[in-house]
Amino acid sequence: MSGPALRLAVELDGDGAHPAAWRRAAHAPDHLLTPRRVARVAAAAENAGFTLLTLDDGVLPPGAAPDTVGRIGAVERAAFIAASTSVVGVAPVVPLTYAEPFHVSSQLASLDHISVGRAGWVVGEETRPEAARAWGRPLVDGAAARAGESRDGVEAVRALWDSWEDDAVIRSVATSRYLDRDRLHYVDFTGDTFTVKGPAIVPRPPQGQVVVLGHPDLVPAGQLDVALVTGRDLVAVATASAGAGTPRTFAEVEVALDTAHATAEERVGDLEQHAPWADRGRLRHIGSAAGLAALLERLRGVVDGVRLHPLVLDEDLPELSRLVLPHLFERRHAVRPLPGASLRTQLDLERPANRYAVAAARSGEETR
Amino acid sequence: MTRTDPLDVPRPDARLHFGVFFQGVNHWTIWSDPASGSQIDPASFRQVARTAERGLFDAFFLGEGLRLREVDGRIHDLDVAGRPDALTQLAALAAVTDRIGLVSTSNTTYNEAPDLARRLSGLDLLSEGRAGWNVVTTDNAWTGENFRRGGYLDHADRYTRAEEFLTVARALWDGWKDGATSGSPGASTWAAPGAVRQVRHQGRQFDVDLAPTLPRSAQGHPVIFQAGDSAEGRDFAARNADVIFSAHGNEFDDALAFAEDVRGRLVAAGRPEDDLRILPGTEIIIGATEEEALEKKRWIRLQQVTPATALGIAGLLWNRDFSDRDADGPLPKEDPVVAENDGSFGARRIADPRKVVAEWREKAEAGGWSLRETVIALGPQRGHVGTPAGLADRFAHWVRHGAVDGFNVTPYLIPDGLDDIVDLLVPELQERGVYRTEYTGTTLRDHLNLREPLTHRSSADHRSEITR
Ligand SMILES: Cc1cc2nc3c(=O)[nH]c(=O)nc-3n(C[C@H](O)[C@H](O)[C@H](O)COP(=O)(O)O)c2cc1C
Repeated sequence: MSGPALRLAVELDGDGAHPAAWRRAAHAPDHLLTPRRVARVAAAAENAGFTLLTLDDGVLPPGAAPDTVGRIGAVERAAFIAASTSVVGVAPVVPLTYAEPFHVSSQLASLDHISVGRAGWVVGEETRPEAARAWGRPLVDGAAARAGESRDGVEAVRALWDSWEDDAVIRSVATSRYLDRDRLHYVDFTGDTFTVKGPAIVPRPPQGQVVVLGHPDLVPAGQLDVALVTGRDLVAVATASAGAGTPRTFAEVEVALDTAHATAEERVGDLEQHAPWADRGRLRHIGSAAGLAALLERLRGVVDGVRLHPLVLDEDLPELSRLVLPHLFERRHAVRPLPGASLRTQLDLERPANRYAVAAARSGEETR
Repeated sequence: MTRTDPLDVPRPDARLHFGVFFQGVNHWTIWSDPASGSQIDPASFRQVARTAERGLFDAFFLGEGLRLREVDGRIHDLDVAGRPDALTQLAALAAVTDRIGLVSTSNTTYNEAPDLARRLSGLDLLSEGRAGWNVVTTDNAWTGENFRRGGYLDHADRYTRAEEFLTVARALWDGWKDGATSGSPGASTWAAPGAVRQVRHQGRQFDVDLAPTLPRSAQGHPVIFQAGDSAEGRDFAARNADVIFSAHGNEFDDALAFAEDVRGRLVAAGRPEDDLRILPGTEIIIGATEEEALEKKRWIRLQQVTPATALGIAGLLWNRDFSDRDADGPLPKEDPVVAENDGSFGARRIADPRKVVAEWREKAEAGGWSLRETVIALGPQRGHVGTPAGLADRFAHWVRHGAVDGFNVTPYLIPDGLDDIVDLLVPELQERGVYRTEYTGTTLRDHLNLREPLTHRSSADHRSEITR
């Protein structure tokens, strides 16, 4: 298969995709929740040439004892990373199952300002019942109810991003007006379980709309820029991708690579003694760097990009960086991000027009 | 002002603490000047924070407002508005600063304790113990329209919720024993068995049963700030806060009276008198001579209080629309309309506008002032004006007499409005021995010379856990 060059994303939460990944990490557990660690992993991903890094999150502990039970909030980590990197896109996972869409909108718009247009958002969900109590809200029970909260939440967040037109700050010395109130809009959003008045308190993000990534069964296709598609084999991924109905699709790929010290099989086997690597229906590559490169090449034309979930960051990131990504870049099977470009530009997505500005222009035309 | 003999003053060794308040919604930041930069560009925040750090400030401070201001149902368009989410912005600044404290104003009414506590912990860890939290309590239904919960909280309940919020937050912050996570790579469990306590809390506002996800930072807990002037607010601070961000920083007697009131409340709450830092918000205007400073102040006020802003302020006082009047003409002849506060300006309307208007009329007549001049002369008096040496003498006097512990400075220009203060005033203060010459600690709690967090003091068990 051939097609346009892939965009590469990597998930960087914790010590890796395996729940026991911390056992093979190159650092002690108490180093995980430090700024040095957060910055170092992000720098490694940026230097390797990834277009986007994602950070998983949730209000509950990421795992259960004896494995990792600590995690710094993804929005805070993303903002910290945005300020210490310059090219890579940064996308925290933020669930809307219980959170306030108004706050989420402000946080992500701020991340886009901070990163000068490199922000993304992976729409997550809080599936565990204990999360409801942490949020002080009634249980959102079942996949359909959670999808309902995500649908309304994403819609409200997106409306808030448009509630300031790009040029709402006019700084008109002649009239003493800092804002043009005609370019600010109440969103007056009404969903199944909440309403939001608006407008936002943060100006429109530099990208117009932060890049929204998510799973198509959780968020309606019309609200997603990038669908994260799963499938255990290429056929399943191709089917999911073709049916996603979103501007872009990224395949979820779990990877464990051979290293100088152990084969991928051995590394997985070692961790499996402690905990299972749960099957989430994703593509999984356990083996050589060349094998992964070949798999990714076959995904060209099937999806627009991939999100890699490395088994152990400290072991797999160096191999990806040394062997896999350079191979793909050299053959133009994947592209590195361009300095100075927004995440939208990297993903070849247009900067969306503002719904309210468009509406205003249209009604202006009609009255003319 | 003459220099005081250090032995004659109540606090000869007192040091002044500075914070910088990068203001959000306000008309005191001059946006019309060519030197005025962006209010949203990350470069502005970075520059202000780094300048403050160069000046050995304790903290960089951000406010919060959860709805755009309106006047009579229309978005207020004269003020600077549009700012980043405070915690998100501060997490970014943690990456580009080393020492300065990072203080977020975050509301207890429109947040949930476990979520906000976790975010604050994250900031505290990412900054290695430099986080602060200014606890505010907006309760109006108008702000609530942006939230799932709506305006569900009675005014009387807002400090009740704030207090329970803090209780839950502190329990979560104390949920991990120090050293809970192993320091050696070959550990058999990621966290020591039993090192993470499940937090169970059942109260009127919160019903929580949760395993906290973060260890304590180098300073134990984020430093707690409080900003609120009512008796309730002051008592809340006396029970809970490490720092009060007050509005009593313009006149010595007023500042001292406030400080003494707060110290009384502190003792009543069972805390040592020196347990709380009082940092009023203030503006500092510096000139090479007194005359130059006054001239600069005049210019600054005219930029801040534009004709339209003067008419807007008068409109709020009179509760009438004066936008078509002449700000440089006389005061309006009409009587003010006494009306209920709808909360929309994010502030209370004036309690007795007839009285205030009568006073304005009298003084305007005596001074021969226009409406705009009256608004400038009689509006809130802000800050300190003088030469670096004069200001340093004054501040030394204030801090040594216990009127303040320092100031939260609001620059009137962004992003280089702090330069004068750092380059000219700070050296004068250092010369008088009332300002640090280097950071001696790494955490915000260190800078403010605070004791350990309140929850760590009651039991010896806690204490031994936190010292390392
Ligand atoms: C100096 C100062 C700064 C404040 N900054 C904020 C702020 O940024 N956001 C906010 O919601 N409230 C802010 N407040 C409001 C207080 O938190 C409080 O809600 C208000 O003063 C009313 O409370 P009180 O009745 O106890 O005075 C501030 C108050 C003061 C005195």
